[in-house]
Amino acid sequence: MSARLEVARDGPDAVRVRLSGRWTLADGLPSAESVERELVAAPPGVRLVFEPKGLERWDSALVSFVFSATRLAAARGAAVDTSALPEGARRLLQLSQAVPARVLPHPPKDDALTARVGDVALRAWHTAFDALDFLGETLLALGSLLRGRARFRRVDLMHALESAGVGALGIVALINLLIGAVLAFVGAVQLQQFGASIYVANLVAIGITRELGALMTGIVMAGRTGASFAAVLGTMTVNEEVDAFRTMGLKPVEFLVLPRVLATSLMLPALVAYADLLGVLGGTFVGVALLDLGAVEYLRTTQSSLELRHVVIGLVKSVAFGVVVALTGCYYGLRCGRSAAAVGNAATRAVVMGIVLVVVVDAVFTVLLHLLHL
Amino acid sequence: MDQARPHVEVRDLTMAFGSRVVQQGIRFQIRRGEVFVIMGDSGCGKSTLMRHMIGLNRPAEGEVLYDGEPLFATDADSRERLMDRFGVLYQNAALWSSMTLEENVSLPLAERKHLGPSEARDVARLKLALVGLAGFESHYPAEISGGMRKRAGLARAMALDPEILYFDEPSAGLDPLSSRRLDDLILELRESSGTTIVLVTHELPSIFELGDNAVFLDAERKTMIAQGRPEELKLSDEPKVRAFLERGRL
Repeated sequence: MSARLEVARDGPDAVRVRLSGRWTLADGLPSAESVERELVAAPPGVRLVFEPKGLERWDSALVSFVFSATRLAAARGAAVDTSALPEGARRLLQLSQAVPARVLPHPPKDDALTARVGDVALRAWHTAFDALDFLGETLLALGSLLRGRARFRRVDLMHALESAGVGALGIVALINLLIGAVLAFVGAVQLQQFGASIYVANLVAIGITRELGALMTGIVMAGRTGASFAAVLGTMTVNEEVDAFRTMGLKPVEFLVLPRVLATSLMLPALVAYADLLGVLGGTFVGVALLDLGAVEYLRTTQSSLELRHVVIGLVKSVAFGVVVALTGCYYGLRCGRSAAAVGNAATRAVVMGIVLVVVVDAVFTVLLHLLHL
Repeated sequence: MDQARPHVEVRDLTMAFGSRVVQQGIRFQIRRGEVFVIMGDSGCGKSTLMRHMIGLNRPAEGEVLYDGEPLFATDADSRERLMDRFGVLYQNAALWSSMTLEENVSLPLAERKHLGPSEARDVARLKLALVGLAGFESHYPAEISGGMRKRAGLARAMALDPEILYFDEPSAGLDPLSSRRLDDLILELRESSGTTIVLVTHELPSIFELGDNAVFLDAERKTMIAQGRPEELKLSDEPKVRAFLERGRL
């Protein structure tokens, strides 16, 4: 039999709560509403008496119910008699009431729209200054590096080179092969209408080398390497490893940020050169398969349309993307909070901000190159 | 060296995160060569106080002085020079996970003392041997037990022969035997090298075994409520301090 509850007034000075059946969590937990109704209706000074006649089994369900009813009685100044309850339940109840409930004051929070806007603006202002501070610190460390005075372990640079370079080859190849193919396909559909199918080769060659190869590789690296940097440095922050650098008089920016910035900015151009090849290859597949163009003809057109400046522009951009991705990942990692959730947040922010900054830097390059007629 | 002057002085320190005050009005002095215990209930700000004392957090008010030299009211170079004088064993040892134990200890030696690779390696091996980790030089932190990590952290903290060693909850997560061995090691260090030791802990055996002096921080009143020798604090006027030191048995 599941939990049964009867609440009844017994004269002017007692409310009796009869508990019978199985009072277990598996059988469900009755509500204390009926007790509250009787307490409200009863005159002041009434006693709440628990009578467990016919109680078969009990667990936390019984204790929880009595605990709730007791709090309701206390709120109305009613005395409680739990003497008939099983001894174990009484002891658990005593334990639950041993430390009085404390209400820790929360800092006052202003939910008005103006306050929230102000709060967001102040945080953005603080973050901007903090990011500038970090950038300045990194530039100083780069200056030390150029003067041969920066200190970091060569093995850390090697690991970062491997992680940001060789480790990214697969995903960069796949994405750029597909982007080349998609670009060729979309271009082919339009250019075929004008009998200019062969210009698909020009579109792919220039589009990939000048713009998409670098941009897509930058975005892939923000999601892959930027997140990895933020997670690694964030975990080191949580484990106090970054503090250990500081208290040993070692600069975390030199030991942790410099190798990663160097590795990413060195590896990005190599990855973009590789991405360019794969992108053109993807375009070639589509050109040959859909447009009945010969592979030799397609590649010859690619070669004639491709100027060195397009390739160089893509490679120069990639260096900037590498710096942006590494700095963003390292910044959010070093500014991580002190919990596991904070590491996840740092990685997410590093990816989002990394992608945004890569696109912004690309836009700035596009405008500048247009102004310079390049 | 002026023996009358305190080795470390915490002067009217207020610690806060934004507008939230953690502790205020903290003032005490630590003499050269003593073991000083910072104790208090969980969440009272013991580790935060240590972070202020080692320069990782800047106080809202007040100052920390080493032999009379302020840690905060000074330029970055002077602060770095002061920070060279102390070593820190963090709660989770905070060993650099991508480095072997030997590299963990030799890196500060190479960078701060400008020792060559073989000299730094020799000193690192000595420091690891001092904490009973001879033979584990090429192990990574993930390959050894929690107690061994603590001892390796201690070897790194001692790498630069600091005048002051800070310990943040050294016994946390250790079995009683490992905890006891670490306490013995701390005492041995004090006896052999005269290092001043600042211990953040709420482990009663460590407090009574090691502590020459102590300060008690209260989470509710957000300030220190007692200071003195641990044995004397058992008779403190503050019931909370007495209860803490008697483990609730009054």
